[in-house]
Amino acid sequence: MKSYLAGRFVIDRSQDRCIRCQVCVRQCGFEVHSYDTEDDEIISSDNRCVGCHRCVVFCPTGALSVRANPLSYRANANWQPEAIEDVLKQAETGGVLLTGMGNDKPYRIYWDHLVLNASQVTNPSIDPLREPMELKTFIGAKPARVEVDPASGALATSMPPQVPIDVPILFSAMSFGSISLQVQESLARAASGAGTLFNTGEGGLHRSLYRYADHAVVQVASGRFGVDAGYLEAGRMVEIKIGQGAKPGIGGHLPGEKVSAEVAATRMIPPGTDALSPAPHHDIYSIEDLAQLIFALKEATGYSKPVGVKIAAVHNVAAIASGIVRAGADYIAIDGLRGSTGAAPKVMRDHVGIPIELALAAVDTRLRQEGIRHRVSIIAAGGIRSSADVLKAIALGADAVYIATAALVALGCHVCQMCYTGKCSWGIATQNPYLSRRVNPDIGAQRLANLLRGWSHEIQEMLGGMGVNALESLRGNRLHLRAVGLTEHEMRVLGVRPAGE
Amino acid sequence: MAEGVAVAAGTLEIDARGVYYRELNARVRTQLDGGGCTRVLIRNVCGQRYIGTGLRRPVRIEIEGTPGNDLGAFMDGPSIIVYGNAQDACGNTLNSGEVIVHGRAGDIVGYSMRGGRVFVRDDVGYRAGIHMKEGGGRRPVLVIGGTAQPFLGEYMAGGVILVLGLTMPPGERHRADFIGTGMHGGVIYLRGQVEGWQLGREVGTAELDEADWRQVEALVHDYVACFGGNAGEILSGQFTKLFPLYLRPYGNLYAY
Repeated sequence: MKSYLAGRFVIDRSQDRCIRCQVCVRQCGFEVHSYDTEDDEIISSDNRCVGCHRCVVFCPTGALSVRANPLSYRANANWQPEAIEDVLKQAETGGVLLTGMGNDKPYRIYWDHLVLNASQVTNPSIDPLREPMELKTFIGAKPARVEVDPASGALATSMPPQVPIDVPILFSAMSFGSISLQVQESLARAASGAGTLFNTGEGGLHRSLYRYADHAVVQVASGRFGVDAGYLEAGRMVEIKIGQGAKPGIGGHLPGEKVSAEVAATRMIPPGTDALSPAPHHDIYSIEDLAQLIFALKEATGYSKPVGVKIAAVHNVAAIASGIVRAGADYIAIDGLRGSTGAAPKVMRDHVGIPIELALAAVDTRLRQEGIRHRVSIIAAGGIRSSADVLKAIALGADAVYIATAALVALGCHVCQMCYTGKCSWGIATQNPYLSRRVNPDIGAQRLANLLRGWSHEIQEMLGGMGVNALESLRGNRLHLRAVGLTEHEMRVLGVRPAGE
Repeated sequence: MAEGVAVAAGTLEIDARGVYYRELNARVRTQLDGGGCTRVLIRNVCGQRYIGTGLRRPVRIEIEGTPGNDLGAFMDGPSIIVYGNAQDACGNTLNSGEVIVHGRAGDIVGYSMRGGRVFVRDDVGYRAGIHMKEGGGRRPVLVIGGTAQPFLGEYMAGGVILVLGLTMPPGERHRADFIGTGMHGGVIYLRGQVEGWQLGREVGTAELDEADWRQVEALVHDYVACFGGNAGEILSGQFTKLFPLYLRPYGNLYAY
């Protein structure tokens, strides 16, 4: 069928600069550029361009530029180009529109309406370059009170399992299958080096990454891909995946063409078959059932490690979180409206769920009101872009945050949202070996470690500025936040005062 | 103590009466994992969950009574023999080993098992064999002596389910519907009557070929070895093979 869709991007090639080296031809996973041997000319099919800039960055002579197609529709506030193009695409395919990465719609980003405090005159700020600044965080349930043996001074209370992390930032769930093995190895090595954790996602742990298992959160999802007793024993924490911010209420279908031999072996399925993870776990239809799986995993791991539950932020998130605490989870990961994905129906990604800032504040408030906040750690996910977002999340009540998009951007991702095609030119969201070898785990781990190091220093600077020398002192301390440009209702949910008050 | 089960030499007996599951399983685990014991007989089991869950060595656990949910979940190697009924999620995510139930079992028997064998003498509940999968040379087996409730073999991606229908009056058809909904791998052999409308849209039916018969015969003999009965008589019944029509049932759902 003839497609009625115009291309999104226009490629400008300076013929003066182009030396016909064909780097662009080889670099593009979407086969935009081709070389005409007869005319000694490079031809670009602009309409295939996804705007990932791989060719632009790698062109040795700077001959390329990519810009949005200036093609204008007649102005129409109702029928925006995206709506028109979506209809055309569906008329041509009859399918559910897929997309990648997080929600790109202009929902309010609350991080950008919250500002942090700093000390002036009345209480001194702290210089983190000279004074100790504690970022260490312990993930796990805390007892209601601790008792110390007065004779020995030792802790008399038996503590639930705790996992210390040196920075309050974990790498969020990204499965081998959705991302390449090289990317997962980069995450694993960076997490090991930086004293934090990476998350296997629901695709199991490749045998070559078991040596990093002490820094792995091993996920258990409805399809139970790659889950066996050895996997559970190896991981540092176990996470039951109920939902994901990019697609609350639905499951995942990893298409057969991404199920390579290695992906298949890791997921314990035959190569080439679809890997289907439906939305419900078929042993969970209630909080009581969730408790059953939590304790099955605790039994299987000898009560030696935290078992957490990851949910998408939805309308009733606070009540659900309360149920999860009572079901015996050691931590809750909440993934907000802007949470990312390797593939999701666009309609789900863009219209289902609530922003993480509101969800996080609502959960923290509710658990405090019920006197059970200490029984879980909270990990906030979905839309953390900077160290400022991290710190604001912690002030709103998070113990730590998960980052995924930021980590992939560190590895080269330009957020073109085409992860679901498996053609990623940056070699990140692909199982094509020609593309995936572009990410060198030595360099990838270094880039990720640099990001964590940079953010850690910034967090220390901001904490010092507030006159706080431990992250613990900021956790849930919403007095260190003020709102700019929010409604009274929003401020009530967030539990913050307006700036100036 | 004592109905029926003869105690083999070297078997440790545990009385589970009134013992909370956590304590019971800790005792079983201590004995089997560190205590040098390879056989345990647990008497008076009444609903204790997670027996055998996560065990990773080839030990033998016999159970008198009714074990609770998640019997043998994530198990890797042991044999569990239940003299009684099993409840929900028996053999959940079983990796290797076997569970033999001299009675019936509840919902989601063998959920996502990817190796090992589960034999149930009588009927099973809803969604038996859901998400069963195979790979890496392992092929799980679920044998059900009686019949199953709806969604048998839902999302099945590998392995073998054999349903013998022995608890049904002769000539009566199976009652389950939505059999094999979302199935995209593995095979189900069903003894007795089943109508097309009882099957999921992704399921095809066929006569058994020679290789199928060899497989069914071997499993029926194993069933009879576990629970008694007449293999010849069972095999003389009418069998239907259910198989996935598509490797990728939802491949056309999306616009790329």
